[in-house]
Amino acid sequence: MTNPYIPLLIMGGLALLLGVGGLAASAVIGPKRYNKIKVDAYECGIQPSPHSIGAGRFPIKYYIVAMTFIIFDIEVVFLYPWAVSFAELAGFGLIAMFGFLFLITVPFVYEWRRGGLDWD
Amino acid sequence: MNQFVPPEIDWAALSPVLIVLGLAVVGVLVEAFVPMRARRATQVVLAVVGVGAALVAVAWRWVVVQDEGPTAVVAGALREDAPALLAQAILLVCAFVGLLVIADRSSGEDAFAPAAAAIPGSAYEAEARKAGLAQTEVFPLTMFAVGGMLVFPAAADLLTLFIALEVLSLPLYLLAGLARRRRLLSQEASLKYFLLGAFSSAFFLMGIALLYGYSGSVRFDELATAVPATSGLDGMLLAGVLLVIVGLLFKVGAVPFHSWVPDVYQGAPTPITGFMAACTKIAAFAALLRFVYVVVPGLQWDLTVALWVIAILTMIVGTVLAVVQTDMKRMLAYSSVAHAGFLLLGVIALVPSGISSVLFYLLAYGLATVGAFGLLTLVRERDADGNVTGEALHLSQWAGLGRRHPVLAVCFTLFLISFAGIPLTGGFIGKFLVFGAAIEGGAWPLVVIAVLASAAAAFFYVRVIVLMFFTEPAGTDADPGTTVVRTEGLTAVAVVVCAIGTVLLGVLPGPILDLTASATKFML
Repeated sequence: MTNPYIPLLIMGGLALLLGVGGLAASAVIGPKRYNKIKVDAYECGIQPSPHSIGAGRFPIKYYIVAMTFIIFDIEVVFLYPWAVSFAELAGFGLIAMFGFLFLITVPFVYEWRRGGLDWD
Repeated sequence: MNQFVPPEIDWAALSPVLIVLGLAVVGVLVEAFVPMRARRATQVVLAVVGVGAALVAVAWRWVVVQDEGPTAVVAGALREDAPALLAQAILLVCAFVGLLVIADRSSGEDAFAPAAAAIPGSAYEAEARKAGLAQTEVFPLTMFAVGGMLVFPAAADLLTLFIALEVLSLPLYLLAGLARRRRLLSQEASLKYFLLGAFSSAFFLMGIALLYGYSGSVRFDELATAVPATSGLDGMLLAGVLLVIVGLLFKVGAVPFHSWVPDVYQGAPTPITGFMAACTKIAAFAALLRFVYVVVPGLQWDLTVALWVIAILTMIVGTVLAVVQTDMKRMLAYSSVAHAGFLLLGVIALVPSGISSVLFYLLAYGLATVGAFGLLTLVRERDADGNVTGEALHLSQWAGLGRRHPVLAVCFTLFLISFAGIPLTGGFIGKFLVFGAAIEGGAWPLVVIAVLASAAAAFFYVRVIVLMFFTEPAGTDADPGTTVVRTEGLTAVAVVVCAIGTVLLGVLPGPILDLTASATKFML
């Protein structure tokens, strides 16, 4: 092997092939029977546009759920590696993690107090 | 296996940043727990006290650093040295006056949408307005932006720089979309700013990746030592440095990365425009100075061409396009692009006086910018019923303003002649110092172009002055069309502070020059 980056290049090529190939294959050989549900936004909550004038408030429920998910998602992503190396990080790690948990609780408290958790 | 060593954290050195970010967090909790009626007053007090306290903390650290010399803070992620502290002080001064303008409720309403999630023109929006709702989240958001800006000039590794970049940018994207009037324009500005900002962040990250690949480190000092030592990967190094610089040039709005500037400056609420035009530029130029002066000197020969071309383009495009604008905010936006070009001269100079001259220029520019945009918030249109509506931003609406409102017009004139760099204002001394540094650095062709561009730029500043004082007003005396609203007092204070600052910097620049003269060297 002359260049150590060649496997990386091959992997990139394969990833591209898989992505484009999958889309192309389903576009070419997949059956196309559309109905109203099927052409709707997929897993993206409400139709983002257009709004009728006078429709009131931009519906943000779906986004609030998504953002609440991100708060806890990030929290867990950081908690796992911390828990794994807890003994090694010792006191510094503990304090840092409490600081992080506090900061991540603040937006959650804001959301809760301002009614972001009430569905209606 | 490597033993984990907890980093030493010098809390005292971090105090300015901690005060600002801490009070921003408190601001979010205020939004959560304080009843609606008391929120605005609480937020204003918190923000003003926070920025003021941070300024005091910076002054204290300045004294400490003068005594004990610069230090590396938080395991080398930040540097506490004279240029960083001075940039932070300038930033906090401009943020302070900027906050006063943001907090002001001239004609009884602040500059922000009562309910930002309301669809523009809907009944809900009108209801929210009638109920007197306010998005007081503006204040914590501004504080978060200021916090990120404070880290920016001190950051000594690329990842810290990137995080600071995002912390300062994300609140600004949001704030740009909160204008009370011309909602669609404001939302468009917000989206454009966000998309282009995300785009430039990608450039910046790619640059970091390349530099890490080249040197095995993201720290400025290790990059600086790796530059002459490693050979054979010059392409990677040059591309990396250029991409990082592009990311920063995007923030300062240098041509060809300026396309967002006019649209965002026009669409954003005017107090926010003033705040971000001044403070983002200060933070980004301070970071650019550190990166260029610490990492780049070894690359001078390779990068000079690119930086020269960018500086020349920025000065010329900014000036020429400002001449043809008919909208006040767009004109000031293009003028700020031209100023970015002048400031780049001090960066390119690569001499010690380049650092101090750019810092002085930034202070003069920042004060004049906050003051000018603060005055824009006061000059309003009237509708057919005589109600005060949005800002009167078309140039023709400013005709004859000097006769009806001489104080306002004189202040605005002062800021304009400071922008133009006419003597007895801070702008003149700033330009003089920066051009001098550029000549010292051997960039005299750039200085020739800069002087010509300044002369051309004087045209559109003077045009506004002539319009205000020597043109017949458009309407009749009974119905002038354009009106000046009463402020709550905060904008007036901010404008007066900016005006006095601009004059003092021009007439008695001595003390500030002494300060900037001691900030001529970045700690490696």
